Amino acid sequence: MAARRYWSAALLFFLCNSSFLIYINAQESASTARNPDISENIDGEGQTTPRTPAVEEKQWEPTEVQEASPDEDGPVTAESAPPLPGTPRSFTGTHQREDFQEELVIRPLHSGDIYASFQFRTLWETDFMKGNKVSHYRLFPKSLGQVISKFSVRELHISFTQGYWRTMQWGQPFLPAPPGAELWVWFQDTVTDVDGTWKELTNVLSGIFCASLNFIDSTNTVQPSASFKPLGIGNVTDHRFLRYATLPREIVCTENLTPWKKLLPCGSKAGLAVLMKSEKLFHSSFHSEAVHIRPVCGDVECKSVSWELRQTLDVVFDLHTSGQGKREWSLFKMFARTLTDACPLASSSKIYIDITDNPEGEHFELSPATPLLSQAVVLGDRRTFSVYDLTDPSTFGTMRTFNVQIKWKNTEGDMLRPLLHAERYVAGYGLQTGEIHTLMYNQHPYRSFPVLLLDSVPWYLRLYVHTLTVTSKGKDNKPSYIHYQPSKDRIRPHLLEMLVQLPPNSVTEVTVQFERALLKWTEYTPDPNHGFYVGSSVVSSLVPSIVAMDTNNTRDRPLFSSFFPTKEESSYFIRVYTEPLLVNLPTPDFSMPYNVICLTCTVVAVGYGSLYNLLTRNFQIEEPNPGLAKRIANVIRRMRGVPLL
Amino acid sequence: MLANLVLSFNCTYLAVLLSFIRFNKHVGNFFSSQHTNNWAVLVCTSRFWFNYRHVANTLSVYRSVKRLGIPDSHIVLMLADDMACNHRNPKPATVFSHKNMELNVYGDDVEVDYRGYEVTVENFLRVLTGRLPPSTPRSKRLLSDDRSNILIYLTGHGGNGFLKFQDSEEISNVELADAFEQMWQKRRYNELLFIIDTCQGASMYERFYSPNLMALASSQVGEDSLSHQPDLAIGVHLMDRYTFYLLEFLEDIHPASKTNMNDLFKVCPKSQCVSTPGHRTDLFLRDPGSVLITDFFGSVRKVELTTDAINLTEPITPVEDQEKEPYSYVDQLPVSEIIHQKPKQKDWHPPDGFILGLWTLIILVFFRTYGVKHLKHIF
Repeated sequence: MAARRYWSAALLFFLCNSSFLIYINAQESASTARNPDISENIDGEGQTTPRTPAVEEKQWEPTEVQEASPDEDGPVTAESAPPLPGTPRSFTGTHQREDFQEELVIRPLHSGDIYASFQFRTLWETDFMKGNKVSHYRLFPKSLGQVISKFSVRELHISFTQGYWRTMQWGQPFLPAPPGAELWVWFQDTVTDVDGTWKELTNVLSGIFCASLNFIDSTNTVQPSASFKPLGIGNVTDHRFLRYATLPREIVCTENLTPWKKLLPCGSKAGLAVLMKSEKLFHSSFHSEAVHIRPVCGDVECKSVSWELRQTLDVVFDLHTSGQGKREWSLFKMFARTLTDACPLASSSKIYIDITDNPEGEHFELSPATPLLSQAVVLGDRRTFSVYDLTDPSTFGTMRTFNVQIKWKNTEGDMLRPLLHAERYVAGYGLQTGEIHTLMYNQHPYRSFPVLLLDSVPWYLRLYVHTLTVTSKGKDNKPSYIHYQPSKDRIRPHLLEMLVQLPPNSVTEVTVQFERALLKWTEYTPDPNHGFYVGSSVVSSLVPSIVAMDTNNTRDRPLFSSFFPTKEESSYFIRVYTEPLLVNLPTPDFSMPYNVICLTCTVVAVGYGSLYNLLTRNFQIEEPNPGLAKRIANVIRRMRGVPLL
Repeated sequence: MLANLVLSFNCTYLAVLLSFIRFNKHVGNFFSSQHTNNWAVLVCTSRFWFNYRHVANTLSVYRSVKRLGIPDSHIVLMLADDMACNHRNPKPATVFSHKNMELNVYGDDVEVDYRGYEVTVENFLRVLTGRLPPSTPRSKRLLSDDRSNILIYLTGHGGNGFLKFQDSEEISNVELADAFEQMWQKRRYNELLFIIDTCQGASMYERFYSPNLMALASSQVGEDSLSHQPDLAIGVHLMDRYTFYLLEFLEDIHPASKTNMNDLFKVCPKSQCVSTPGHRTDLFLRDPGSVLITDFFGSVRKVELTTDAINLTEPITPVEDQEKEPYSYVDQLPVSEIIHQKPKQKDWHPPDGFILGLWTLIILVFFRTYGVKHLKHIF
């Protein structure tokens, strides 16, 4: 009996001890787990993959990863500098090479302004088109890769621009863009419902770029029949798979730049993208950021396909607002930053300064001096550039920073006049009718060339196509090809495409009259008195070039000269955008419904109320109420039986 | 007797064990609020340059909320107009909250989800209730669940019982209360903090009837909320008073602070604000003194640590290309091809209703006049 009691007590004692010990152990492990130190390595076994020191010390050699298997350091080493493309041990596993190049081209403009163009290109040897499933993304951003696969996109071109490119003062840009947002997409021929896919694609892109691209719908989308041929490789050019839309009202601000920068492999932390600070970039005359995705030749014989993602950012800094009136530019003055290193993931990182107008150094002086020179044929002209190679550590000098300075000595020098230029304006008066005039200038002295004009006018400007006239030098100029698709109210816009031959040294004017429609009152924007925008016209043309163009499109060229593929040597392809138009539509007074309701209700209340009272009121004569003394006297009199007062 | 000794020993043992639990504060606080994620919906409803202060209000709350830990993917920011890159802004890409341009609340890393004309009453209510079209991207959705704490901040011009959106439409307090009830029925929030900075803001929370709602407003019914200070270089008023002092209060909060809601109710007394801020806590189940500011303005993140190896899936090998003929670029402006282009074969659509009706009418009239016997001549 006693032994059993002892035994049970001892068992209880033992259980208490063990539970206590287990609890203490759990406490310890919980407290260590609750202080995570994610920045330290998980494995303490001697795997050292320090991120920053490897980048600083050995910039262009592959980082030595001392740990054997790639599986364990999956999430950690993905952030450290991976081995260069070309080394076989890449995390994609198969032989899919990725290559990233970055470039900055600086071109001083004749008016004292300066034009800076950033170009970032990621080339990936994979093929989204054959239904391949891609699962590992390294330099190519995953969000865009998934968009391409899911929506079967063959080419995607999107641009966000603030400001208008002034061709006559600044020359031709490397990659033109219209004000606002522009999106044009070629779908693959496996897509069955192009319109539905287009709508979903615009919604997804509006989320990626923080822009209101979801306003793109059938009322501002067109299907050009001859313009916007694909810029990538391929044989199929059935225009059923092409869609083009612009949103001229779209604003560009830091919220569009932020996701754009996040698509770059190095983000905005290293390389040329550190220069992109929004306070300076948006304080400019022209700012345009674009993303272009297309399939290109993967090798010299063009037997395999690579996908190219190009991100470009063009900015023109004004002499007076950013330059404070002094004609002296430097990277620090333009961007408020200097460069400290190149992007470690880039295979080439260069800065080009256009010195064609300054062969002997008589107009401006460039510092630090560089022995590297490069000549490139761009926009039909052979230009000379001073090159700074940021992958070479000696560029940064002892201070580890790099700042280019351009100082002008005199303001002479003339500018090459651009050969093609276009303008557009609205003529007429009043809020009923008007006239759209588009002017195209051919400034070549003796050559004429064809241009393809694409006009997309919203449905609420009802074009009178019978009043369409095309005149050059006062005479009628009949276009060799016209494609017109009339609008349907609230369903689709007007589309006008014309192939016009511009005679040399002339102005060609295209006029068409229109009538303004009255919208339904819910269709007006909250600020209707601002006006309604009409998107820019697109003028695509093959312009004769001054020097012979290189028709071998697979050769290695600087990025800014290799965007538009060239087929013949004597001409090159450019696209010019006109200004967008702002038209006022007849706007009703939106306070009138409230006023009408108040007025009507007042009239009805007064009128009906008076009538009702007159018809139904019954009049009675009433004795006035006697005073208190008289009432008491009346009471006494009634008691006495005497007649009342 | 020995059993009694052992029993008492066990009791003291248990007492010691329990005291360990009591001293462990982490366990206690972790389970008091019961939420596992945080969301924020920040809305500015005013358009036009002179309403700069409303955008600055919203951006300062956005900035505080991001600083305290809520990531961009959990914030739905709606700005009805663009002030930063407005052509009237003398310093583009900036929105200041203090005069002399001390603090740029716009920053360099901002993601606006709904901007410009997209900020409408319909979109706001759809975001709250989750009834969005299927193609809406994730960044524009409020993907909250029943363990989410949501912060909703509205600012703009308002009146007794309504808030004006973009100078063209209004949301009433009844609609707002019904939207919150929908959220409650669909279990879209655990606790909700509603802050409004408009004139007569207290009228907007009068009609709430769903549980677990706490509301703050910058002024009572019949009072106007005033703006704080103008900046002479920019030319407009930069912030509203209530949000200005709210921002000052929030700048002192860091992710580990223990300040509670009672301190938030004291922000901007009548001497500073000129209007009387109000609050409503009767629908809230917990005591406001035990609710931390960081329960709504900060963020809880679930962190899972593992020391196991993760097996990545095998990369899918691409299909081997059989054909080897070279590709080529397309001619950008093939003039001869364009001139000789055949007109597009348009898809044949069945005749429209109008045409069908017209032909039916013609045939009917024909047979009425001439009789059915002519049918044999046709068929």
